[in-house]
Amino acid sequence: MKLRSRVPELVAATARETRSALEYYRERIRVLNPRLNAFITPVDPQAHPATGAPGTRRLAGLPIAHKDLFVTRGIPTTCGSRMLAGFVPPYDACVVERLDLAGCTLIGKTNMDEFAMGSSNETSAFGPVRNPWNLERVPGGSSGGSAAAVAAGLVPVATGTDTGGSIRQPAALCGITGIKPSYGRVSRFGMIAFASSMDQAGVLARSAEDAAWVLREMAGHDPRDSTSVGLPVPDYVAALTRGVRGLRIGIVQNFFDEGLWPAVADRIREALSVLEAAGAQLIDITLPHLSLSVPVYYVLAPAECSSNLARYDGIRYGHRARDPVDLTDLYCRSRSEGFGAEVQRRILIGTYVLSHGYYDAYYLKAQRVRRLIRNDFLKAFESVDLLAGPTTPTPAFRLGEKTADPLTMYLNDIYTIGVNLAGLPALSVPAGLVEGLPVGLQLIGRDFDEETLFAAAADFQGRTDWHRAEPPGFEEGSG
Amino acid sequence: MSWETVIGLEVHVQLLTESKIFSATPTRYGASPNTQAGLIDLGYPGVLPVLNRRAVELAVRFGLAIGATVSRRSVFARKNYFYPDLPKGYQISQYDQPIVQGGALEIPLPEGIVKRVGITRAHLEEDAGKSVHDRFPEASGIDLNRAGTPLLEIVSEPDLRSPTQAVAYLKALHTLVRYLAISDGNLQEGSFRCDANLSVRPTGETRLGIRSEIKNLNSFRFVEQALRYEADRQVQLLEAGGQVVQETRLYDPDRRETRPLRSKEEAHDYRYFPDPDLLPLVLEETFIDEVRSALPELPTAKRERFQSAYGLGAYDAAVLTQSRDLADYYESAHRAGAPDSKLLANWILGEVLAKLNRDHLEIDQVPVPASMLALLLVRIADGTLSGPLAKTVFETLWAGEGSVDEIIDARGLRQVSDTGALEQVIEDTIAAHATQWTEYCAGRDKLLGFFVGQVMQATQGRANPQTLNALIQKRRERSG
Repeated sequence: MKLRSRVPELVAATARETRSALEYYRERIRVLNPRLNAFITPVDPQAHPATGAPGTRRLAGLPIAHKDLFVTRGIPTTCGSRMLAGFVPPYDACVVERLDLAGCTLIGKTNMDEFAMGSSNETSAFGPVRNPWNLERVPGGSSGGSAAAVAAGLVPVATGTDTGGSIRQPAALCGITGIKPSYGRVSRFGMIAFASSMDQAGVLARSAEDAAWVLREMAGHDPRDSTSVGLPVPDYVAALTRGVRGLRIGIVQNFFDEGLWPAVADRIREALSVLEAAGAQLIDITLPHLSLSVPVYYVLAPAECSSNLARYDGIRYGHRARDPVDLTDLYCRSRSEGFGAEVQRRILIGTYVLSHGYYDAYYLKAQRVRRLIRNDFLKAFESVDLLAGPTTPTPAFRLGEKTADPLTMYLNDIYTIGVNLAGLPALSVPAGLVEGLPVGLQLIGRDFDEETLFAAAADFQGRTDWHRAEPPGFEEGSG
Repeated sequence: MSWETVIGLEVHVQLLTESKIFSATPTRYGASPNTQAGLIDLGYPGVLPVLNRRAVELAVRFGLAIGATVSRRSVFARKNYFYPDLPKGYQISQYDQPIVQGGALEIPLPEGIVKRVGITRAHLEEDAGKSVHDRFPEASGIDLNRAGTPLLEIVSEPDLRSPTQAVAYLKALHTLVRYLAISDGNLQEGSFRCDANLSVRPTGETRLGIRSEIKNLNSFRFVEQALRYEADRQVQLLEAGGQVVQETRLYDPDRRETRPLRSKEEAHDYRYFPDPDLLPLVLEETFIDEVRSALPELPTAKRERFQSAYGLGAYDAAVLTQSRDLADYYESAHRAGAPDSKLLANWILGEVLAKLNRDHLEIDQVPVPASMLALLLVRIADGTLSGPLAKTVFETLWAGEGSVDEIIDARGLRQVSDTGALEQVIEDTIAAHATQWTEYCAGRDKLLGFFVGQVMQATQGRANPQTLNALIQKRRERSG
């Protein structure tokens, strides 16, 4: 019963019930996390009391886990990297602060791809996370720890970040709901940066309803982040009951290409027919420049990361090489020892594309194509209210299957990356199983229209049970 | 062969803001190391920059003052390089879309001509911290108090043709930024720093020669010395058949020479790109209009007005308007009723500046308020004080001992213009110096001075010189 408790039930509980729910989740983490490695740092609920004025308390007593990319005052924050092993931030991220004030109880920091660079959680310096649906499979990434923890019932909700699909892809592969809001909707203050122009915080939860309850508290303007927008935050919880009737949903034809597994395509078509039966109008849409998303992303994201990660130099905090002979040696060894292979690869790519003589050909051209991609989306939204398609081309792949080939790994984000380049909100909801593994339906909304996403997702989840499916071995009473 | 020197200057001006350009940390100078460095200045993981509105306002003020184009849209870019005192591994600066573009500065040259020096651009950026190499025997220290301090980098066109012109430009710029109150211009504290680009070419040649960039020029004197050295070095090199290498050189004031710091090959590739943490800076017309309407009178306009309104000569007007505070002092005294604008200028340029100089004071620390100086000059005009007496009173005022009239009365310095009193003293003097008086009456005119001196001595200098002169001459006519 507790495992399936909805967020509104958890926050309406008595103090005694809240304490017992907290104990329940902590016990599940203790017993089940060793199978998953979803947490880098379990947190004692007393370890991180909220400071400042009491907030809305609308999430009072809700246990939550934060991706280990949100800095947490007094609690180690690693970003999945050896570089930040042992780093204890002196301040809280805006997201952490707001959820504290809303009454959430932090029970752990979740595992992730190093500096959010990865699609399988295998680049973490703290070992890979395993998919609760099949322990030999990856949970997706980079918010793989958060996704696995929610899917396995170790925590009811968790935060994540999404730069190229890092919330939606692991949500899809772990059979849960994940929303990436519009760029600018949630403050990035205290989010350790990967690619600043695309990074956005969001929620991983068991349902659109749970996600709406949490995002409502996270969202809103923050003067500490110049890219956060001043728009008022609509009541996402109220939007849940709007339904899809009358909505025009564009089916992105480009997503149904040769890379998509036929069985995944079948689940997505079935899901779309559910939406159609609920009163949505389905319209075929083509986004002409979408195929350029992956190359554009792998120019721009590394470019920004090469600069964002320059601060990890071994001078003020983080890993420092022992006994450097000079400054160059200190830099080179601190960074070679502190960063894993994927992070180093992206720093090198990014440094290259920004270099004198290559900037125009790579960075500048990629920025131009990024605009074309965004324009494709904007044009599509002139005739539809939402766009839909698969979240990933395949279900979860095997651990180690793609680590040797970064390009194949990058293609796993082929359906999610365009959304980040365009800055749009999108979510992934469970749409069934393929070979016993979950697949996700992705819905993409207009700028700052998270409400329609929640309305459609909640309507879909009112008509399907996929979001209630539990990974074998992690059901109520397991462990 | 004769050579022409071509110089362009890059000046970093520290802007007068309360807090740093991208954080709320105070910018106070001289605090103990690393006490004015917050999480944002330290480049902690997850922190973000937020632009200081005041810094933008000051940059716009500068742009308007030099008749430049104030960009309605400018972009902050990251300049990437590793250095221990650069916490983020990049400096937030502006690159291809600076806030100020074009404009010019008029500089007075010694020959009395005014030269117009083009300004290529001025852009906003953050300062780096400071590495301290002489404090710890085995290690270098890093002080990040300065990290994030707002700077306006002002880049001139290569319009300057000699080290003297370069210094004249710097002085004019220095005057301007203090006029505009955008910087305190304090050279010692690094609020006004200069790098120079210098090349030489045969006279008549229109193409530019290969330049070197000279850093570490932290006084006007060093700028002149370094540029002279560098121009000579390049000419000698070329005349000996050599080639100038494009490189960055450091000026060593102790050895009075420039030394290579790094060559073009070793130059950093800064990998500039727009900072994704900061949106493009878009200025609205109303904002620019507000800044424009609050612009103070600029040095050139003030100088011209001082000439036309007060009838001052070019030199006096130029010196008086060199700083806004000095010009204000002049005008305050004028408003307070100083009777003779030329005499007022003489007093300020003479007595006031000399005493400020003697006591190492700035004009804003002057102990004699402008209104007091005005009254002093009134007392000269109304005959109460002679020039020499006024200087004595001024000295006393400077020491802070009372007001003009109090000093005059307390020390009995009131000028004696009363003819009766003076005639008595004159008679006494004639009696005491009968021989000289006879000679004087016989036509030895030079002795007038002797008698004036004697009477002055007898009256402790209080006799009104004009009255005295007239009385003595009248007395001779009667004798004769």
